[in-house]
Amino acid sequence: MKKVIMDFSVVENIALHTNYSLLKLTPVSGIDIPRMLPGQFVQIDVDNSKTTFLRRPISINNVDYNKNELWILVRRAGAGTDALMRKTVGERINLLLPLGNGFSLDAAASDKVLLIGGGVGVAPLLYLGKELKRRGVTPNFLLGARSENDILELDDFKAVGEVFISTDDGSAGEHGVVTCHSVLSQKWDKIYCCGPAPMMKAVAKVCREINAQCEVSLENMMACGLGACLCCVEKTVKGNVCVCTEGPVFNIEELTW
Amino acid sequence: MVNLSVNIGGVELKNPVLTASGTFGYGIEFSDFIDLNRLGGYIVKGTTLEHREGNPYPRMVETPSGMLNAVGLQNKGVDYFIENIYPGIKGIDSELIVNVSGAKVDDYVAVCEKLAMQTDIRTIEVNISCPNVKQGGMAFGTTAAGAAQVTKAVRAAFPGTVIVKLSPNVTDITEIAKAVEGEGADAVSLINTLMGMAIDVERRKPCLSTITGGLSGPAVRPVAVRMVWQTAKAVNIPVVGLGGIMNGRDALEFILAGATAVEVGTANFVDPSVTMKIIDYIEEYCDRHRINDIRELIGAINS
Repeated sequence: MKKVIMDFSVVENIALHTNYSLLKLTPVSGIDIPRMLPGQFVQIDVDNSKTTFLRRPISINNVDYNKNELWILVRRAGAGTDALMRKTVGERINLLLPLGNGFSLDAAASDKVLLIGGGVGVAPLLYLGKELKRRGVTPNFLLGARSENDILELDDFKAVGEVFISTDDGSAGEHGVVTCHSVLSQKWDKIYCCGPAPMMKAVAKVCREINAQCEVSLENMMACGLGACLCCVEKTVKGNVCVCTEGPVFNIEELTW
Repeated sequence: MVNLSVNIGGVELKNPVLTASGTFGYGIEFSDFIDLNRLGGYIVKGTTLEHREGNPYPRMVETPSGMLNAVGLQNKGVDYFIENIYPGIKGIDSELIVNVSGAKVDDYVAVCEKLAMQTDIRTIEVNISCPNVKQGGMAFGTTAAGAAQVTKAVRAAFPGTVIVKLSPNVTDITEIAKAVEGEGADAVSLINTLMGMAIDVERRKPCLSTITGGLSGPAVRPVAVRMVWQTAKAVNIPVVGLGGIMNGRDALEFILAGATAVEVGTANFVDPSVTMKIIDYIEEYCDRHRINDIRELIGAINS
């Protein structure tokens, strides 16, 4: 897939609770957004100030090819994400895309498929769910959050498939972490997961126990996103590999977890 | 039309803009964004005798106007490079420069001997300044005797152009530059990264797995310009300048300080097409200042 540098402008900036924003972007030039796969990511030049010098890798939340819109979900984590969340409609943002490899989309229509997201890690699962559904696979979602106020895009997920919820404080869905959710006692053929590393490791362990295939999307800190700086490496069965070019999606069998 | 070509130890570069080792992979990672043939040269990732896994994650942290890295020379070794990577990039019409690293003098020599067998590899950059490996690396680059020892051995093993990359983590970089010049280096490049450290105060842990790492980006640029200026006055061989060049203006700052060519590093991470913009800017600047030959600008500060 050819990578491009493209200027986008902000179409909408929707505040989701206090610490998250959904940004909808469209290319300034009016040209079509290139085809991108669920699980791939973009590198965003936030504002090139002295504290946000490097680009920020952000996963693709959704691509609306009809409206020519790219959606990204942002959680306020530091200066870069804070600056992104303050972008106003019409403002320009420079993106590098599409980067990395997506989730495998080869699940069969008869497969029982569960997409597990934690916090802002739900972001790539919306696009993944839509693409799976388009291919005749029925996606189910298990969304984990600290509280009801941290569950993102619930209506969008519900429009794609059945949604199960876990919250740390019990304010919505089942009380506890995702790996304790009762839905995991069902039989699953394939589990896709994105969220904090401890959560993904716990999910990987469960998948081994219930004999489900599992793919996870890693978020290692990156500089270039192109496989040049070798900063974002993950230790795998093949040694240290760049998450940006060999991932960010890995089958857990490739990892040393 | 301005003449942008420069000569580094007998090798003619079509323009003075090179890419810095470790920031540009093997060039092909950037082929979607730039015409690699337009570069003056490209310096590939540090190559060692044996395969190296590098340091554990985390290896990078952003700092004000820059970043710290602790990659630790991850690479698949010189044999893998020659067999699997070199055939795919040798056709690029730009000077391929291989960056050579090692833990022992013998390792540098062995890598150089293997590279010397490849007739199209005319230039190497010898890294005696990596702050991220426990043995060798910067240890050679921080004393004049160590730097001279590696240069002498490499000079005997490689018949082409030898650029020695210097560490800024020294009291007087001109002493090191003079020492490598004395042992036959064709040019020096400077600066490698400045040793630095950052701490995550919430977790009370160092941000890097190796605790310390190498600082790069515009934060280091004034230090680099100063060292290039001092070194260019102290030696008679060409100086290649690098350290936080983000645009054409920055590149010209190094040339005016005395650099014959420049290397663009960390900026490639922010804008993978930046090298083309830098070449365009230098051309435009020369037109604007009625400069017919870029060499008129080398060391041409009015003071």
